[in-house]
Amino acid sequence: MSNLLSLITFIPLVAAIILALLARGDSEASQSNVKNLALAATGFTFLASLMLLSGFEPNDTSFQFVEERSWLLGMQYKMGVDGISLLFVLLTTFTMPLVIAASWNVTHRLKEYMIAFLVLESLMIGVFCALDLVLFYMFFEACLIPMFLIIGIWGGKERIYASFKFFLYTFLGSVLMLVAMVAMFADAGTTDMVVLLSHNFGSDTLSVAGFHIIGGAQTLMWLAFFASFAVKMPMWPVHTWLPDAHVQAPTAGSVVLAAILLKMGGYGFLRFSLPMFPVASDLLAPLVFWMSAIAIVYTSLVALAQQDMKKLIAYSSVAHMGYVTMGIFAANQQGIDGAIFQMLSHGFISGALFLCVGVIYDRMHTREIDAYGGLVNRMPSYALIFMFFTMANVGLPGTSGFVGEFLTLMGIFQVNTWVALFAASGVILSAAYALWLYRRVVLGDLIKESLKSITDMAPREKMIFAPLVAMTLILGVYPALILDIIGPSVAALVETYHSNVAAHGVVSSAASTASH
Amino acid sequence: MIASDFTTVLPEVLLSLYAMLALVVFVYTGKDRHAALSVWLTSGSFMLLALVLAMGTPAGTASFGGMFIDDSFARFCKIVILLSAALVLVMGQDYAAKHDMLKFEYPLLVALSVVGMMVMVSAGSLLTLYMGLELQSLALYVVAAFRRDSAKSTEAGLKYFVLGALSSGLLLYGTSLVYGFAGTVGFSGISAATGNGDLSIGLLLGLVFVIAGMGFKVSAAPFHMWAPDVYEGAPTPVTAFFATAPKMAAMGLFARVVHDAFGGVTADWQQVVAVLSVFSMFLGAVAAIGQKDIKRLMAYSSIAHMGFALMGLAAGTVFGVQAMLIYMAIYISMNIGMFALILSMERDGRPVSDIASLSMLSKGQALKALCVVFIMFSMAGVPPMIGFFGKFYVLRAAYEANMAWLAIAGVVASVIGAYYYIRIVYFMYFGAESEPLDTQTPRRLTVILVASTAVITLGAAFSLFGIEPLAQVAAGSLAN
Repeated sequence: MSNLLSLITFIPLVAAIILALLARGDSEASQSNVKNLALAATGFTFLASLMLLSGFEPNDTSFQFVEERSWLLGMQYKMGVDGISLLFVLLTTFTMPLVIAASWNVTHRLKEYMIAFLVLESLMIGVFCALDLVLFYMFFEACLIPMFLIIGIWGGKERIYASFKFFLYTFLGSVLMLVAMVAMFADAGTTDMVVLLSHNFGSDTLSVAGFHIIGGAQTLMWLAFFASFAVKMPMWPVHTWLPDAHVQAPTAGSVVLAAILLKMGGYGFLRFSLPMFPVASDLLAPLVFWMSAIAIVYTSLVALAQQDMKKLIAYSSVAHMGYVTMGIFAANQQGIDGAIFQMLSHGFISGALFLCVGVIYDRMHTREIDAYGGLVNRMPSYALIFMFFTMANVGLPGTSGFVGEFLTLMGIFQVNTWVALFAASGVILSAAYALWLYRRVVLGDLIKESLKSITDMAPREKMIFAPLVAMTLILGVYPALILDIIGPSVAALVETYHSNVAAHGVVSSAASTASH
Repeated sequence: MIASDFTTVLPEVLLSLYAMLALVVFVYTGKDRHAALSVWLTSGSFMLLALVLAMGTPAGTASFGGMFIDDSFARFCKIVILLSAALVLVMGQDYAAKHDMLKFEYPLLVALSVVGMMVMVSAGSLLTLYMGLELQSLALYVVAAFRRDSAKSTEAGLKYFVLGALSSGLLLYGTSLVYGFAGTVGFSGISAATGNGDLSIGLLLGLVFVIAGMGFKVSAAPFHMWAPDVYEGAPTPVTAFFATAPKMAAMGLFARVVHDAFGGVTADWQQVVAVLSVFSMFLGAVAAIGQKDIKRLMAYSSIAHMGFALMGLAAGTVFGVQAMLIYMAIYISMNIGMFALILSMERDGRPVSDIASLSMLSKGQALKALCVVFIMFSMAGVPPMIGFFGKFYVLRAAYEANMAWLAIAGVVASVIGAYYYIRIVYFMYFGAESEPLDTQTPRRLTVILVASTAVITLGAAFSLFGIEPLAQVAAGSLAN
C-alpha cells in the first residue's frame, strides 16, 4: 500500500469528523456508541500501524513508505518513516486505545472529549511521519489546540492557569523554531527534510550586533530549535509548565502528555538538531549535558518534596527526560540507542503510573499523598501493578527502565565522565522518591476512615494495564526487539554526524572533555 | 484615446452611476421601505463587478496620462474589496433591520466608499490617490455616525472625521512637498526623479508625511488611536465593514505608493515601514489584553494584523508584496467570520459586545463556538489554520530581505497576542457560567460563519484555494 502512512495518520481524524457530524444526544446508548467508535478507530489505527512494522526493512536506513505530493509555496506533503521515527508512531498508536479505554467513565461532554483525543492522535502521528519542514511544524504546533482544550475543559481546579501556561509556554518555544525554519527554507531553497538532512548549513563564525557567534548560522538555528524542543521535552529550567499541566489535566490527558507529547522534543533533537546542525550540536553539547545533569538531580530532589502524586510523577518525568537529552547529545551508538529506548520505555512506564494515579483518583477524588496509606489491604492487585511500575520507574533490571538508563549512562560515560557521575546519582534519588511514594500510598495499615470501603481494580482497569506490563517486561528482558529496528538508522546518523563535525574542522569539544 | 481611457475606469464609473441613480430612485419611490432591496442590489452589483474584473484581463497600461492604472495588482485588491464589501453588507442586514437602522442610504454610501477604494488601489498619481482616499473616507465618516440617536455612534463618527482629516492633511502636505521637489505628482515621474537611488531631503520629508498619512488609514501604530473608539462606537455592521474592505484598500495603496513611486529608494522607506510594523504588532498584542469589549478587542487585533501585513511590505521585495496580499486576503476571511459571530451576539434582543457574555457559548450553541475556536486559533497563527500561512509568508519575506530581527519581533508579538485569542476560547469552553446569549441566529450569519470556518480550516489542504499564483502575478505587476 503506497499511502499506508497517510491512512494511519488520518483514520483517527476521520473518526473524529464522523463523531462530530453524526453523534447526537447525551443518552446512555449514544455515549456508549461514541466510546465504541473511538476505541474501534484507535484500535484499527494500531492494527494498521502493525502492518507498517511488518513491512519495515530495518537495514535500509533511508526513509520508507514515502509519499509525496506537491503543495503551496514549493513545499510538499511528504511523509515517511525510518528506524528512528517508526517506533514513535507505534508508541502513539499503541497508547491511544489504552487512553480511550481508560476514559470509559467520562460522562462530561463525552463526544467532544473523544473528538479531542482522536484529533490529537492524528496530529501526533503526523509529527513523527512528516518529512517536510512546514508539514512537521503544522502537526507539531496543532497538537497544542486539542491539548489546550483537554486541560481546559476536563481539567482540575487550576485548569485555566495550567492550560494558558501550557499553551503560551510551548507556543513561544515553537515560534522561534518557525523563524529558524524560514531561515532554513531560504538557505536551502526547499522544505524537503530528506534534502535538508544532507544540506550543509553555514557554520562560519558570524558577528551579530557585536557578538561573535561561533558556529554561525548553525548555532543560531540550533538555539531556535532548542528553544522549542527543550520546552517540549521539557528540560530544566523550562520545565515548569509540565507539573502544572500534568496535575490539572485529566488522567488520559496526563498519559498522552507523558507518553507521547514529551517525546516530540526528543524526536525533534534526533531529526533536526543533531543531523542538520552537527557543528552547533557538537559545540553546544556540554550545555545540554549539564542542563540534563542538573535536571536529573534537581527535579529528583524536587520530586521528593511533593505532596501531590501526579506532580511527583511529573517531576520524575523531567528527570527521566534528562537521561534522554544527555544520551542524544552524547552522539554515539549507545547514547542515542539508549535515548530512544528510554523514551519508548518511559512512554509505557510513566503512562502506566499516571493511570495508576487515575485509578485511585477515580475512587477518592484526591491526589494528595497524605490522603492515602495502606491501600495494599484492600487493593492487592493494584498494589502489585503499582509496585511493578514503581520498580520500572526506578530502573530495576529486568524492566525496560533499566535498559534505557544503562545505555544512556554508558553513552555519556564515554564522552563526559563527570556528567555521567551526576546523572548516575539520579538513579539513587529516583529510587528514593519512587519507593517513598509507594510506601506512603500503598504500604502500612489502613487507618484512614475514607479508605475503608475502597474497591480493588475492576477487570476493565486490569485489561488496560496488561499490555503495558507486558511491554515493560518484554523490552526489559529482550531489548533487541527495539534495538534491532533503530540500530542501523542510529548507526547511520552517528556516522554522518561525526564525519560532518570532522569535516567542519571544529575541535570536538566532546573528545577534549573526554580526555580529561 | 479617450475611449480606451474610459474603458479602464468603466467599473468605477458604473458603480458611481449606480449609486447616484439608486439614490435618486429610492428617494422618489419607497425610501426606507426598499432598504432591503437596496442592500441586495448593491451587494449584487459588487459581486457582479468582482466577477467581471476577475474574468477580464487587466489593460496593464496607465490611462489618463498615467493617473489611473489598471493592472493585476489593482484587480486583485479590487476583487477582495468588492467581495468583502458585498458579504459584509449582507451580513449586517438583519442587525440593521432589528435595530432600526435599515436605511436605503447605507448600502449606497458603502458603494460610494467602495468606488473610492477602487480608485485608491488604481491610483497612478498622488492626486488620484487623494481623490479616492477622500471619497472613501467621507462616506465612511457618515456611516460611522449612522445611528444619529446614539451618542457613541456620533462620537465615533466625529472622532473619525477629525483624526481622518488630520491624516488627510498630513498626506496632502507630503504630496505638496513631493510635488515641489520632484516636479510631478505622477508615480512614474516620481520614480524617475528618484530612480538614481538618491532622495533629496525635501522628497524624503514628503515621503515620510505621505507614509504617516497612509499609516492612519491602515491604523498602524502609532497612528492607530482612532481605531478602538471608532470600532466600539460605530454600529456593528459598520465596524465589520471598517475591519475588512478599507484595510485592504489602504494596504494596497500603501504598496502602490512605496513600490510604484518610491521603488528606487527602498532603503529609505523600509526602515519606516518596519518600525510601523513592529509598533503595530506589539501595541496590538499588548493593548488588547485588557479589553472587555469584543469590538475594541477586534480593533487592537486588526492593528496587530496590519503590523504583520506591513512586515511583508517592509521587505521591499516583490515577494513581500505577494505575502502582504495573501496576508490581507486571509485576514479578511477570518474577520468576516468573526464579525458574523459578533453581529449575532444578543441578549434579550439587545446587542451585547462584552467578551464575558460569550461565557460557555459552547453549551448552548456548540456549532458557533466551534467555528469561533477555529477562527481564534487561526488569528493567533496556529497551524493548520490559514492564519498560520499568512504569517509564514510575511516571515519569509522579512527574513529574505535580511530583516530577521523583524521576523523574530513578529513571532514574539504573536505569542503575546495569542493570549487574548485563547482567552476567548477559554470563555466559550470553560469560563464561568453566565446568563446565556440568545440562541436565535439569523441563518445567513450562521452560513457565513461556517463558510468562513471552512475556508480557514480547509485552506491548507486545498493550497489556499489557488490564491498564491494570483497574488504572485498581482505583486509582479507593481513597478518594483
